[in-house]
Amino acid sequence: MTTRRTFLAGAAAITLLPLASAYATPEALQAAIKEIVGGAKLNEGRVTIDLPPLVENGNTVPLTISVESPMTEADHIKAIHVFNEKNPQPHVFNAWLGPRAGKAVVATRIKLGDTQKIVAIAETSDGAFWTARADVIVTIAACIEDIN
Amino acid sequence: MASVLVNIPKKMKKGEIFEIKSLISHVMETGFRPGTNGRIIPRNIIEHFTCTYNGVEIFRMTLSPAIAANPFIVFSTVATESGAIVLKWTGDEGFAAEETAMIVVE
Repeated sequence: MTTRRTFLAGAAAITLLPLASAYATPEALQAAIKEIVGGAKLNEGRVTIDLPPLVENGNTVPLTISVESPMTEADHIKAIHVFNEKNPQPHVFNAWLGPRAGKAVVATRIKLGDTQKIVAIAETSDGAFWTARADVIVTIAACIEDIN
Repeated sequence: MASVLVNIPKKMKKGEIFEIKSLISHVMETGFRPGTNGRIIPRNIIEHFTCTYNGVEIFRMTLSPAIAANPFIVFSTVATESGAIVLKWTGDEGFAAEETAMIVVE
């Protein structure tokens, strides 16, 4: 029998479900980070995110990730992973480099769907993970305009 | 054919670090936007990018829909020997592009 209480609970579940699948949540971000890091410890520092703090147009946002590292055969940055909190998917990019890179710097342009946090994770050759976060305010988000 | 721009220095001294800047024309359609008919436009992005220096892979990247249209990728490498730097992009709907840049190392 449908009581008022069960009906409301069901209605709430129906309205919440599509929202949960349409946008990456902080939980999806955590899950994506866990996929890369596994059980290893995330250390704060060494990674620098260069991202404008206030973005007018979320369609193209310049992003530079640099990591302090000697970039030698014995001690270098193996990979740089970037995640976001509120775009439809938590992934931004994964880049693999090596001692031949000379310096651990990767730059690109990204889309931002909302005011949110960007997380960068660097993996060193000895398997340690370093991370940094950056907040960004977006006034006009990507992905909202129609194609005409 | 997608138009590609690759910028590297023509000449470098051995051991110096230089930047490789690449720009390729691509819509990077996210697969989350509705078109004018209300239907979702299917995803069409570049998924993989690799760079080889005289046949040895020096940089690899996987892209997501969160990369802006016309992907611009900058990274660096150490000048080791004269030769070819080959950049390759592959993606949805059989997209493939390749560009070669030559460098002279003294």
